[in-house]
Formats: sequence, C-alpha cells, structure tokens
Amino acid sequence: MYSIEVKNLEFGYRESLILKGLTFSVKKGEFVSIIGPNGSGKSTLLKILNNLYRPNDGNILINGKVIEDYKRKDLAKIMGFVPQDTIIDYEFTVEDIVMMGRNPYKGPFQKENREDYKIVDDVMNMTNIFKLKDRLITEISGGERQRVIIAKALAQNPSIILLDEPTSHLDINHQIDVLNLLKKLNSERGTTIILIIHDINLAARYSDDIILLNEGEIIESGNPEDVITAKNIEKAYNLNAAIEINKYTNTVSITPLKLIR
Amino acid sequence: MINRISKTKYSLVLTVLALILLFSIGLFSTIGSANISIIDTFKIIFSKIPFLKNVVDISHLNSAQKSIIWNIRLPRVLLGVLVGASLSLTGASFQGMFNNPMADPYIIGISSGAALGATVAIILKLDFKIFNFSSISIFAFLGGILAVVLVYNIARIKNQVPVVTLLLSGVAIGQFFTAVMSFLMVIFSKDMSKIVYWTLGSLAGKGWNPIITLSIPILVSMFLINIFARDLNIMLTGDESAESLGINVERTKVYILLLGTFMTSVVVSVSGIIGFVGLIIPHIVRILLGPDHRILLPASAFMGGIFMIFADTLARMIISPVEIPVGIITALFGGPFFIYLLRKKKRNL
Repeated sequence: MYSIEVKNLEFGYRESLILKGLTFSVKKGEFVSIIGPNGSGKSTLLKILNNLYRPNDGNILINGKVIEDYKRKDLAKIMGFVPQDTIIDYEFTVEDIVMMGRNPYKGPFQKENREDYKIVDDVMNMTNIFKLKDRLITEISGGERQRVIIAKALAQNPSIILLDEPTSHLDINHQIDVLNLLKKLNSERGTTIILIIHDINLAARYSDDIILLNEGEIIESGNPEDVITAKNIEKAYNLNAAIEINKYTNTVSITPLKLIR
Repeated sequence: MINRISKTKYSLVLTVLALILLFSIGLFSTIGSANISIIDTFKIIFSKIPFLKNVVDISHLNSAQKSIIWNIRLPRVLLGVLVGASLSLTGASFQGMFNNPMADPYIIGISSGAALGATVAIILKLDFKIFNFSSISIFAFLGGILAVVLVYNIARIKNQVPVVTLLLSGVAIGQFFTAVMSFLMVIFSKDMSKIVYWTLGSLAGKGWNPIITLSIPILVSMFLINIFARDLNIMLTGDESAESLGINVERTKVYILLLGTFMTSVVVSVSGIIGFVGLIIPHIVRILLGPDHRILLPASAFMGGIFMIFADTLARMIISPVEIPVGIITALFGGPFFIYLLRKKKRNL
C-alpha cells in the first residue's frame, strides 16, 4: 500500500518547467529523503504533495485517492507539513501553537475539548517539549521551536509528515535530535516521513529511500547505496566525491573532493 | 513574562467588559450640564423599555432633562460605541490578516476615499437624503468603497492578492485621493473649514437615525468576522502553514477584507475619520490579553467602544461649550497611553 503515488508530475511556467515529469511512489511507513542541489525543485515538489501548489500536469494519489478530491481539512487530517522556517512574532505559548494542529478537527466556534488537550499533551511529551508548554514561542531557541512546529504537525494526527529542511538552521546535535525524533515517529507510529535535507550523509543514515533531484528531474531513487554513487553525485552536483561505507554508522558516506568546471 | 488570561476565563473577561461598557454608556450619557445622576440616566433608559417602564419612576425629572438624555446624549454615546467597536475590531482583524502591526482600518484607502467623497458632496453643495442619510454620508460611504475596490483590483494578480502589494497600493491610492481632496480644498477654499472638520471626525448631533439603521448590519458583520478568529491565529504562523492546516487563506482574507471595509465605510460615513482607535486599541488589548484572536477580536470591540465614548465625552467637555473634534482627543490621549504600555512591556521582557 502506498502513501503517495506520483505520476508524470509537471509544474512550472510556459518556457521554464520547474518539475519535468516526475514519477515515484512512497510506501506506507517509509522514511524518504529528497536531496539535490539548490533550485532543483525540492521545495516545490513538497508543496505540491501538500496541495499548496497545483501542478500543470500529472497525477498525485494520497493514500490511494486523487489529491484534488480531498477537502482541505480532510487532507490536513492525513498529512502534516513542516515548512522550512516558521517565524512567529506573536506571543503565543508553545501549547497554543501545538493546539493549532487540532484545527482540521474543529468548527469555527468549537472549543478545544479534553481529547484535544490529551493529544496535545501526548505529542508534547513525545517531542520532549512538555516542560516548555507555557513558554512563549518568541522566547525559545531555534531547536526548540523546530520541535514545537513538528509537535504541531503531530497534533494533526497525520499518517504522513512532510518536512522542508527541518534541520537546516540547527547545529549538529539538534540536527541529530530532530532526525532521531522523526525516526522514532516512523518506527513507533508507522508515520510516513518525507523530508528535504541537504546533508547527504544524514540522509543516507536515516532514510529507507532517497530521491535525488536535479533540474526538475529524478536522477535516481531507491536505497541510499544505489542513489549515493560517485556517478550520480557528479551528475547532480558537478562534484567529484569519494563514496565509502562509514565504519561507525555502517551507512553510505560521502566526502566531497573537488568541483568539476 | 506577561500576564496571560487562561482560555477558561475568556467568557469571564468578556462579561466584565460588557458590564463596564454598559456602565460607561450610563456614565458618559450623564456627564454634562444637565445636573442628572447616573441612576436617573439608567431610569430614563429603562423607562423606554417595555415591561421595565412600569417599575421605574422618573416623575421627579423634568422633560428637558429627559430629552437631553434620551434624544441627545444617549444616541450620541451609542453611536460612539458602534464607531469605536467597528474601528477597533476591523483594526484587530486587519493587523492579523496582514500580519502587520502598522495596519489599521484605513490602511487600504477607506479614509482617503471617504474624505474625498465627503469633500465632493460638500463643494457641490449636494443636499439630498436617502434613508435619512445626508448626501455627505452617502458620498463618503461610496468613496470609501470605491477606494478599496480600486486598491484590491490594482493589487490582484490572477486570483491572488499579495499582502505587500495590497498595502502598497492602499498607500498609493490613499495619497492620490488625499492629493485630489487637498487640491479641491485649495480651489474651493471657502468650504475648507467644513471639510477639515468633517475629516477630523465627530459624533455630535446625529440623533437616533444612524443607530437604528446601522446597528444590525454592523452587529452582524461583527459576529461574522469573529468566525475567522481561529483562522487568523493560525495565519500568523504563515500562509502556507495555515493552508496545510486546512484553512482557505485567500478566501478568509477576502471575507475579512469585505467585512472590515463594510464596517469601516459605514461608520466613517456617519462620524468622519476618527483616527487612532483602530490602530491602538487592538495593540493595547494584545498587550493586556495576548494575541489569541478569539479573545482579541471581541475584547477589542468592547474596549474600542468604551474608549471612544470616553474620548467623545472629553471632546465635548474639555473646553465646553466648544466641541473639539473627537479624532483629536483619541490621538491626544491614546498616543501617550500607548507609549506608556509599550515602555512597560519592554521592561518586562
């Protein structure tokens, strides 16, 4: 059974296509990384998968159903989205922000009930932010804020979570922290995880599958060992790289050598 | 950390504000040169209500006193409540929608459009009434709506209306309309003081008519705008986040724009351009009660109403019998108070 099936996806403006006929699928419970150089169309792809942009052409099935057939709120019950950078200037508490994830289940004047609070407490515990719940979102650190935004997505009770570079503004220990959290969700709850990430070594270490994008096309997708090859890296990044198996993590790892002009 | 009101206390806060508003209506109707007690004011009000009128005794008051309260002060105060509440509520929802603390009800050109409309009616010496509304009111209303329609269409790209473009075209159209108005004022200089007075805003001498006609459409708009309170909260975390949480962001913006424009144009057409209330009251409420629109929107409406009738009472009392345009008072007293709150909050952080 597939969480996401994409067929011949095209997106862009007349002369310049950003995505050029992508076809791929993501199985339920898979952990998938999308990698590729800047401007390869990764963010656009993720937003299309969340129905934020409409493609020019192609089909997208979410849990077997055409994406356009979902009502907005119904899609939000299945799929959580963590944008690249969430800046909130208003003094909401951490709990307020996480509670926003319950929106798809609420009518306009409907108050949060005990069940909502229980779910919010659960996801705050899971993401290890419960102790921050009364702090203001404007006062906490970047790493903490990223956890809050992930907790908000979890409060939607989604079976799929899309994340746009969730680790890019974090230092190395918070990067590992966030990825461990996603892995935990993935293994404990069976949540399908699709994330964009720049760090190829981390992608290889955490992912079941990797999709390598360049200029709106999939260079290769599949196991980290099949995707992260010298040939593919050269093609996508114009880079000579040494690829080896890291003896500590036992996963593929890359050492950039030199740029090809 | 600032004091925050727990969600369970929202209805308590609103009840208290409603009671303060009711008391203020009585108090500010009483203050003035008629020598009446606040109890008598409430008695006069109750005496007009079926069933209650048999219980209250106002035989000790003379008809001049009754008439001052009922025919002059009370409608003026109630109009003040409608105007203040509409401007504050619109300001609060526009600030949320634009995600911009500088936004106020006039930011997309309503005030300039209304002022130009009123100016045209004044210099043409138009003198007709529709539904008992003066030609100046009608032209001001149409001018406000026209300005927003122009601004919206200039900013629209296909079906999207980018916030920054909307704000900028609001500023541009606003400046343009103001320039046209200034030009007309120079040409027709003998109407200048009348135009200036209109633009400064006043609640004097409007009687019951605007209240009877306007209160229901305004109250309905207020209720409708509150439907979007939760959506506005979530939109503060970013349009795409909101969209992915199931909110139709573009549609929500259009509804809020429509409702806010309608309320503002309506009250401005009657009262003239009363500044500051729609900008400052939402900020004060946000500082006191937090950013949650479910409390921010209704509390802003109450606070705006209370503040407006307070300012209007000052406007007619401060150098009585001369009346100062209320717009001057709102800025004169609201400004320093707001600066005080800003400073105080800064210290707390």
